[in-house]
Amino acid sequence: MIRVELPGHLRALAHVKGEVTVEVAGTVSVLSVLDAVETQYPMLRGTIRDHVTQQRRPFLRFFACGEDLSHEPPETPLPEAVVNGKEPLLVVGAIAGG
Amino acid sequence: MSGVRVLVGTKKGAFILTSDGKREKWEVSGPHFAGWEMYHLKGSPADPNRIYASQTSGWFGQIIQRSDDGGKTWFQPGTPPGETTGPGGMPKGESNKFVYDTSAETGKPLTTHQFYDGTQHPWEFKRVWHLEPSLSDPDTVYAGVEDAALFRSTNGGKTWEELSGLRGHGTGPQWQPGAGGMCLHTIVLDPKTEGRIFIAISAAGAFRSDDAGKTWKPINKGLKSQYIPNPEAEVGHCVHRIAQAKSRPELLYMQKHWDVMRSFDAGETWTEVSDNLPTDFGFVIDVHAHEPETIYVVPIKSDGEHFVPDGKLRVYRSRTGGNEWEELTKGLPQSNCYVNVLRDAMAVDALDKCGVYFGTSGGQVYCSADAGDSWAPIVRDLPAVYSVEVQTL
Repeated sequence: MIRVELPGHLRALAHVKGEVTVEVAGTVSVLSVLDAVETQYPMLRGTIRDHVTQQRRPFLRFFACGEDLSHEPPETPLPEAVVNGKEPLLVVGAIAGG
Repeated sequence: MSGVRVLVGTKKGAFILTSDGKREKWEVSGPHFAGWEMYHLKGSPADPNRIYASQTSGWFGQIIQRSDDGGKTWFQPGTPPGETTGPGGMPKGESNKFVYDTSAETGKPLTTHQFYDGTQHPWEFKRVWHLEPSLSDPDTVYAGVEDAALFRSTNGGKTWEELSGLRGHGTGPQWQPGAGGMCLHTIVLDPKTEGRIFIAISAAGAFRSDDAGKTWKPINKGLKSQYIPNPEAEVGHCVHRIAQAKSRPELLYMQKHWDVMRSFDAGETWTEVSDNLPTDFGFVIDVHAHEPETIYVVPIKSDGEHFVPDGKLRVYRSRTGGNEWEELTKGLPQSNCYVNVLRDAMAVDALDKCGVYFGTSGGQVYCSADAGDSWAPIVRDLPAVYSVEVQTL
């Protein structure tokens, strides 16, 4: 079970509170985790990654285990602590705007 | 008709204001979608309980929301809360997906427009500025987007398809963004001539289709804009808003970047009618519901100073289709007021007397229940208002 922490606005959009958990078959990566999140919460499609290009939205970043994973290839395996559920994958909105 | 419902989009959420026909006491609902930019909400003329909303964010992109119960509950069309995608089922989240048409069938995969510096720039979808439901079918709705294009849904907002004849008609490489981006912000569906649609783009100008959006032509003859190389060019004008006299649909009014304009012939030719306005810069313009030559504008000081002149919030009304303007001030602040009124932030109801509404960048929504003679704030302290629409119930 993979834990994912979403920004507050996306939790509201998905009608969830707190972390979400998803099952991922095969390699656990940002790509596979986001695929699973969007399957479980289809209303989030297009909000984390662009609908067409699948590129990370510029004002969002991905962190896990204290590391910034935003610029890693999305297929890169996530740390073991995320795979075994000890740590969440964090989807974080930039502190910007008013 | 027993009352009105005012739909207000703001920088940080949506609000719904309801009242009876007297329009004196109001109930306020919201914020809906708190924290999100709500560019526009509009109800279906064919089913007042059907409301479409554009929810957008610099962080999370574009969301389309729909209500089928007059704004009490909302959902993303095709994606009810908690429902997951079944194997082989319809892809979900499609209601948020606006993809420019590059298909071979429709033929014209236009890929660039003029950027601020004059270079060509690829079209990039950013957000939906305006939603215009069909006059007769609650499931058909048009979306004006940035970068400028027109989309249509015929299934209640579940999926969207570009009417690419607009971008493909030939002048696209001359379009350029205004200060707010290159947005298609005005959609007017003609109530008498079937298939006739007017749209306006900043900064490209006004366009008309007479075949339900398949083909388009610029309708900017008579416009003069000193800020473009050829002031009388076919396209490139920063049209801020078009309003139509519903009982005489060939009669159109326009608030341009500078200049208030009028057309008697469905946009074929335009004449300036600014005359005695204190400034002819502004964003909103609207028409009295029952008097086709009674129109309203809110003059703004200049394109460099987006607030009302002299610290006074004044609506100007003409009862002669322009040229002769009277200032309306009763109930509006007449000192130390420096708000703006954006292009989608004025509306009229269909009651008798006609109600006129507008929202400000300072978060006030004003109502006049007597066609502009006097005004009162419905709310004073909302986030900056982006849009105001009213449903006569």
